[in-house]
Amino acid sequence: MQTERGRIIVQLIPQFVRLSKRGMAGWTVLIGSVIVVAVVGMTLLAPWIAPHNPIAINVGPIMAAPSSEFPLGTNHLGQDMLSRVIWGGSMVLQVALISVAMCVAVGVPIGLLASYAGGNTDKGTSLVMDSIYAFPGLVLAIAIAAMLGRGVLNMSLAIAVVYVPSYYRIVRSQVLTIKELSYVEAARALGAKSRSIILRYVMPNVVPSVVSVATINFADAILTAAGLTFVGLGLSVAVPDWGWDLTYGRQLLPAGAWWVIAFPGLMIVLLALGFTLIGEGLSELWSPRLEQ
Amino acid sequence: MSLRSYVIARVLLTIPMLLLLLTLVFLITRVLPGDPVLLHFEKQAKPEAVEEFRQRLGLDKSLPEQYVDYLTGVLRGDLGKSMQDFSPVAQQIFSAFPATLELAIFGMIIAVVLGIFLGVRSSRSYNTGEDHVIRTFGIATYAIPVFFLGMVLQLVFSIQLHWFPSGGRIYPGSEPLGLNLGGFHLATGLYTVDSLLEGNLSKFVQALRYLFLPSFALGLVLCGIFIRLTRTSMLETLRLDFVTAARARGLKERTVVYTYALRNAFLPILTMMGLQFAALLAGAILTETTFSWPGLGRYLVDRIAFRDYTAIQGAVVFFGLLVALVSLMVDILYAYLDPRIRL
Amino acid sequence: MPLLEINSLTVDYPTRVGTVRAVDRVSISVEKGQTLGIVGESGCGKSTLGLAVIRLVPSPGIMTEGSIMIDGTDIMRLSNNEVRELRGKVGFIFQDPMTSLNPVKRIGDHFVEFIRTHEKEVSRQEALEKTGKILESLGILRERTTDYPHQFSGGMRQRVMIGLGLALNPKLLIADEPTTSLDVIVEAQILELMNKLKKDYDLTLILITHNIGIVAEMSDLIAVMYAGRVVEFGPTEQIFENPLHPYTKGLLESAPNILHPERSMHPIPGSPPDLISPPPGCKFHPRCPHAFEPCPLREPFLVMKERRFVACHLYD
Repeated sequence: MQTERGRIIVQLIPQFVRLSKRGMAGWTVLIGSVIVVAVVGMTLLAPWIAPHNPIAINVGPIMAAPSSEFPLGTNHLGQDMLSRVIWGGSMVLQVALISVAMCVAVGVPIGLLASYAGGNTDKGTSLVMDSIYAFPGLVLAIAIAAMLGRGVLNMSLAIAVVYVPSYYRIVRSQVLTIKELSYVEAARALGAKSRSIILRYVMPNVVPSVVSVATINFADAILTAAGLTFVGLGLSVAVPDWGWDLTYGRQLLPAGAWWVIAFPGLMIVLLALGFTLIGEGLSELWSPRLEQ
Repeated sequence: MSLRSYVIARVLLTIPMLLLLLTLVFLITRVLPGDPVLLHFEKQAKPEAVEEFRQRLGLDKSLPEQYVDYLTGVLRGDLGKSMQDFSPVAQQIFSAFPATLELAIFGMIIAVVLGIFLGVRSSRSYNTGEDHVIRTFGIATYAIPVFFLGMVLQLVFSIQLHWFPSGGRIYPGSEPLGLNLGGFHLATGLYTVDSLLEGNLSKFVQALRYLFLPSFALGLVLCGIFIRLTRTSMLETLRLDFVTAARARGLKERTVVYTYALRNAFLPILTMMGLQFAALLAGAILTETTFSWPGLGRYLVDRIAFRDYTAIQGAVVFFGLLVALVSLMVDILYAYLDPRIRL
Repeated sequence: MPLLEINSLTVDYPTRVGTVRAVDRVSISVEKGQTLGIVGESGCGKSTLGLAVIRLVPSPGIMTEGSIMIDGTDIMRLSNNEVRELRGKVGFIFQDPMTSLNPVKRIGDHFVEFIRTHEKEVSRQEALEKTGKILESLGILRERTTDYPHQFSGGMRQRVMIGLGLALNPKLLIADEPTTSLDVIVEAQILELMNKLKKDYDLTLILITHNIGIVAEMSDLIAVMYAGRVVEFGPTEQIFENPLHPYTKGLLESAPNILHPERSMHPIPGSPPDLISPPPGCKFHPRCPHAFEPCPLREPFLVMKERRFVACHLYD
């Protein structure tokens, strides 16, 4: 039974191709991917598709409601909201990408090595990771970001520290399960080296869970980055950013300028939702329990 | 294991964790590149002034000395002095805390009640349209930044409809006083409780009106995880023999679902409440900023603007201790509630 | 009028890969005071049949055809509330006593809640008093009503389940594998207890089991089920003396025989069919030592033969 489980996870990867044939979970992944590709594509194409310069002021009237000329309205500086929305994802996406890459690069190896080594190494590492994990993520990120100062890398680092334990934990639980599987024990009994056991048996089983954690982590990183911006630890005001638009948009709300927050906010929701859907769908697809 | 020895073991386990946590915060604020004092002055002060400033805050000592000072300080409930006004940070935090606690409690109640209600419905209509709608809603809540939701609620319910105040905690000047019995004064700092203690119903209603939008935003964003958890644990418990046996005895469906299935699915939900407390505080920081709610989150954000690094460190330590304490309490409560552990 | 009359009952489970017919046109009748044993291998539909009697077929199962009459009432026509009332009048004992009680509810509260759901005029005190009496009659101390299920052994819990089944003086008691998960000594005690209670309470009992030995001891009538169908139905002694259906013969030969211990046991070769795509004709034919030409072609009818019903082409 245990052996079966180990194999099922590995075998599911090739079936990834025909998502729409895989029921609700397949559709979830598909819809999520479409959203993410659309938003990322829009951000990449921003220089060509944005009608105005996103940071140029007085492009139009001040705080104008959506109209045919400015479909998403303008803000208090007379900037075109449509252009700002089209451009506004670049920083968030960079931060999310860098922080997820950092997390994977740090969390996965530590998780593999510590849990494979077992004993005190495992206990010590787990204690550190659990302490970080128990901490309110945003508070920790705020502390780090406040100390490091502004910058894409600094913000990414602040977010990465918060989420490393998630990878550590998922990898560790997988390794502990896999270590007990009979075919891994057999390989060890036959004298396989630890390194080759990790590479040949453990890694292929760990990859799916890491991928689904990473996609959900993308969503979390996006929301945390927006949160950091909102509490005043954002990147330069000179760069168009959905988080910034929400931050100063709050001051414009009493005047009823809903369009200043609505569109950037919806973009954040859409992008985070896209990644969440992919992550949820993947973990459901890859969970062998689902088959019944 | 008896309940007592379990509690002792659990408390002992918390100590190294707290020490690690405090060390982590120290490392972040003192050892990471970036000198808090220089950052505070934004490099625009005379060196003598900076030195004097360091001395006043005890930041001129060596790092190990600072570390010892910091740890012993935390033990005595001293979180250092604010860079802004040199008053004790701990005192400022304690006066801001009740507001956050009140918001957190109501946010959690809304998240749990909504989550359980929708989760139970979802599990009972397994794999139907209703189930899919509720699950999609649950996933969508993960993707909404709480401050954006807060602003949308503000826009609709206070700026457009004028149903609720758009921010603040109570109408200025009408803060409830709590219970005053001669020389004995009792006030919790939670306005909903204090207004009742004072016996002033209109203040109570007012406090609730101010509380509603922020706690609803917070609850709505957090309810997704409870929907999912309730749904999966209910799907598991509804299949169990004692649920079928209860139905076979002709008990009312409501009894079967709530006192048989949900009661047994409740322990994981309780654990999740403990785990979500950290997320709740993170959400509270952002919600407080949106609604100008004068709590800890607001305090932290204000101090970020002033570059008051000692206050930031104090607030972070306080949040960490709070989370550790809550998770300890939840674990003990769990042991107490599960009759199988209680033995 | 028979107390229980099942007529051509069919229960289907629609699944993604096809419909499983768990109970296939089953007709059985039981007179008041009789004990009916339903025997068959696991997965033959006997448990589903038992649950169907109190309209508790597990989701997504549906009763697609037939009727069930209890004391002259067609239970298919009852409203949901009436079904709840009916369940108070029909006791049901489950296979695994370890999991059949709510772990967070005291033993006494199980009884009080059950009694007061169906007899609203009874006070909590009276219900507790009654609970104490029932438990004592089952050999459990009255004081233990305040204990939780995990403080009881398996045998004790099954006594509690039996007590719950009898708490409202039911006309009909259905026991689904009541002793399967108990060890042999406890099993004997529980069976003895049930035999005694049957007389004391003047019960009509339906005993569902895979153990044909238990049926021999306890029941007046036997229904043998295979792949959702009743293949043989009649008085116990006759079926034991002279089993007609090859499957019944196989079941008897595969069980240890107390009267003739020298006879060796012969397990039936093969395994029960996959109910999503059952074999054509008689579903038993792939395992049947006597199978001949008509068997794979058409299904045999249940016909009267030697004062019992049997469904086999050998007796057409």
